[in-house]
Amino acid sequence: MIALKDVLALLDGELLTPTTSPEAAFQKVFASDLMSDVLTAAEPGSLLLTGLANAHVVCTCSVADLAGVVFVQGKRPAPDVIGQAETKSLPLIVTKMTMFEACSRMAGRVEDGGHGRR
Amino acid sequence: MAVVNDVFREEFPVKGGDFAKAGVVACRIKELLKDLGLDAATVRRAAIAVYEAEMNVIMYAWEGRIDLAVSPAEVHITVDDRGPGITDVELAMTEGYSTATPEMRELGFGAGMGLPNIKRNSDVLHIDSRTGEGTRLKIVIRRNGHGTP
Repeated sequence: MIALKDVLALLDGELLTPTTSPEAAFQKVFASDLMSDVLTAAEPGSLLLTGLANAHVVCTCSVADLAGVVFVQGKRPAPDVIGQAETKSLPLIVTKMTMFEACSRMAGRVEDGGHGRR
Repeated sequence: MAVVNDVFREEFPVKGGDFAKAGVVACRIKELLKDLGLDAATVRRAAIAVYEAEMNVIMYAWEGRIDLAVSPAEVHITVDDRGPGITDVELAMTEGYSTATPEMRELGFGAGMGLPNIKRNSDVLHIDSRTGEGTRLKIVIRRNGHGTP
């Protein structure tokens, strides 16, 4: 389990959705740019790390019950996408770190490594 | 929307190529199933199956329709599209096999997991496809407590 505030500190992240709960926490972490993979393998309640910053990310997380998103390499979704996330109470974070660096920092901070379904 | 003999029914049109609306039907069906009081695991399985099917219609077909029927024991989802059809269904069921364009992949889809993932989230999946005409998917998801594995 890792808290939202710890994710922000660990990844030097910026919270894009100030209306979402600061008390959010994530049991697992899943990293992918492929929403197909998220739908296939990510577990409910996971935090998604991705380099994709479009509306499909928010929709995919909503459908598959993911609990938050980190956009890597400073990729910012459009304001309407941020608005959609806020209506779904989905916290969005942006970090300037690469996917590799962000994953490295997250590794070991979540129970059983945070891998998805197999 | 209609409820007849304890079965809730609603149908949703899907327009081929309308990427801006991708996921709208899946999100709507998810909300409906939650409102109907289905358990979270069944709602998630149905929402994922619908999202994958909806994306397939948007990516490959000209138009389609998703019919939802919810009985006390099962969720039935029928997806009919008018489009090129699937030439080799067995091949299309292979994880990783895809005919998606680079444009589709840039959106995060077309990884060749759509039909296999629909099957994974269904208890029953029937695919009837005719080349040059279209495809019909019949998906059955047993509600938790009603024989779901």
